[in-house]
Amino acid sequence: MRPQKLASYFISKLLRLVLLLFAVSLASFILISFSPVDPVQSYIGAEASRVSPEQRKEIEAYWGLNEPLIDQYKKWVTAILQGDLGTSLLFRAPVSHVIGERFVASFLLMAIAWILSGVIGLILGILTGSKHGSWLDRSIRLYCYILSSTPSFWLGLLLLMTFSVWLGWSPVGLASPAGILTDEVTIWQKLNHLILPALTLSLLGVAQTTLHTRQKLIEVLASEYAIYAKAKGESDLQLLWRHGLRNAALPAISIQFATFGELFGGAVLAEQVFSYPGLGQAVVQAGLGGDIPLLLGIVLFSTIFVFTGNSLADIIYRLIDPRLRNGGRQ
Amino acid sequence: MKKAPALSIRVKTILRMMLSGLILVGVVVGGLLIGEGRPSVDLLNRNTPPSLNHLFGTDWLGRDLLARTLRGLTMSIMIGVISVTISATIAFLLSIISSWGRFLDICVNWFIDMFLSVPHIVILLLISFALGGGVKGVIAGLALTHWPILTRLLRAEVMQIKESEYVSLSRQLGKSRLFISRRHILPHIIPQLFVGWLLLFPHVILHESAITFLGFGLPAEQPSIGIILSESMQYLTAGLWWLAFFPGLALLLVVLSYDLLGNSIRTFIDPYQVRK
Repeated sequence: MRPQKLASYFISKLLRLVLLLFAVSLASFILISFSPVDPVQSYIGAEASRVSPEQRKEIEAYWGLNEPLIDQYKKWVTAILQGDLGTSLLFRAPVSHVIGERFVASFLLMAIAWILSGVIGLILGILTGSKHGSWLDRSIRLYCYILSSTPSFWLGLLLLMTFSVWLGWSPVGLASPAGILTDEVTIWQKLNHLILPALTLSLLGVAQTTLHTRQKLIEVLASEYAIYAKAKGESDLQLLWRHGLRNAALPAISIQFATFGELFGGAVLAEQVFSYPGLGQAVVQAGLGGDIPLLLGIVLFSTIFVFTGNSLADIIYRLIDPRLRNGGRQ
Repeated sequence: MKKAPALSIRVKTILRMMLSGLILVGVVVGGLLIGEGRPSVDLLNRNTPPSLNHLFGTDWLGRDLLARTLRGLTMSIMIGVISVTISATIAFLLSIISSWGRFLDICVNWFIDMFLSVPHIVILLLISFALGGGVKGVIAGLALTHWPILTRLLRAEVMQIKESEYVSLSRQLGKSRLFISRRHILPHIIPQLFVGWLLLFPHVILHESAITFLGFGLPAEQPSIGIILSESMQYLTAGLWWLAFFPGLALLLVVLSYDLLGNSIRTFIDPYQVRK
């Protein structure tokens, strides 16, 4: 791509993101305003009996809860634009700090699961695609179909029961052993706590990638250029390397990037099952505990996360596929 | 090679449809027969492992888990019917509207993109939060968030029909957009709509149980797989595996049946699929 084209591409992406964030923030703000949860109540919490009605009124006035919705929204957006997402009621810390801290933990989890599911899915897809119709293909496909109907949190529970409770191989929860200072936790201990949630997440991601890679590879191997190459005497491996692999990797790559939303959703459930202190657990706590600033912050953050994934899918697709790079869209 | 002649795809598809239909009808009939107030509390038989009397075992209040599971699945299916129908209706209307003009099409597409840009669980959580949780919140959340992908499919179908010659002829004859939508487009997308409706069930049921599991969905007194599984978390370390194993397996079976039923019917309706 020429620089000029590149610049206009990024500017249009950026405009889309701004528009998206505006729409999402407005929609979620309106939704939250319908909520029966009283923000003052959840702020006061257990000390409700010690706060007089007059003091309540003062807090309401201080927060601007009596102002019209549009003014409240304007205030909120202005604060966000200045980098202030508000203070989390549950964690008693700035929302941006909570999100940042929690996201590091979640990111580790999601990254491991993401890489595992991509690599395994691609390998299984190539295996099934190049040997389609065989018993191997049938059994892997059956496994994928069953997997795609499996509730992810149930799978997590099964793994937890088998490996932690029954076999006692790995710890039951949390991101690090209890009772040990954060600095003293070794990498091995961290990994040990990560492994089951990451496995849960990646097992589910495998199914889609496998099935799409398989479909594409079958298509490619049945194409005229593949048949011609075969007639020229190329071996199966050569055929796969020269013609199959790059084509078959396309759907896998775009799925891996375009399913950041599902990855995030899976992480929410996996973190809940394994009580892993990540962003997913934070959003559940925020929702259950009426922590509106944190909830809204995570909604916006996860939107940016998914948008980034979708944009990366788009860009990488263009890099790999010259047809898209030179011409318009598919 | 095989002695018995292999079954034709048609026969196989019918068999699959019957099997999955039977499972689903069996679950609902079973769940309805058990009735209100059951499974009853039996404190003498708390947390007993699976046996002939209690095939799935019993829970912490001595309730039979099989009965609880069936009631929960029936509840899930009923919630599914309502929310899937609303979602499919939204998808249908939006796909028709998007065929009415370039600007409307862009709007619909943007709307789809917006919904797909927030993690699904997060939207469900937000809607449930806004409505204060409970059955109402779950149904609203599920109904309002499952239309985007179906809309995309239907829209592509509608666009294809719109390009066909008989539609452009009809337009040249001066027929209105409404007439074309009703007489030319609608009959073609009804089968797609029906299959899409069926294939939404797996997603909706899985999401319902997930959101309930997280504590945003159905209240604890309602029968539901999500509740059963989240309660089982407290007993896992004690080794009470049956609390989670069987209910989850039953949920998996129901989801799989819906998937099988939907895909079989699609194979039946769409001859291209059969030839593949």
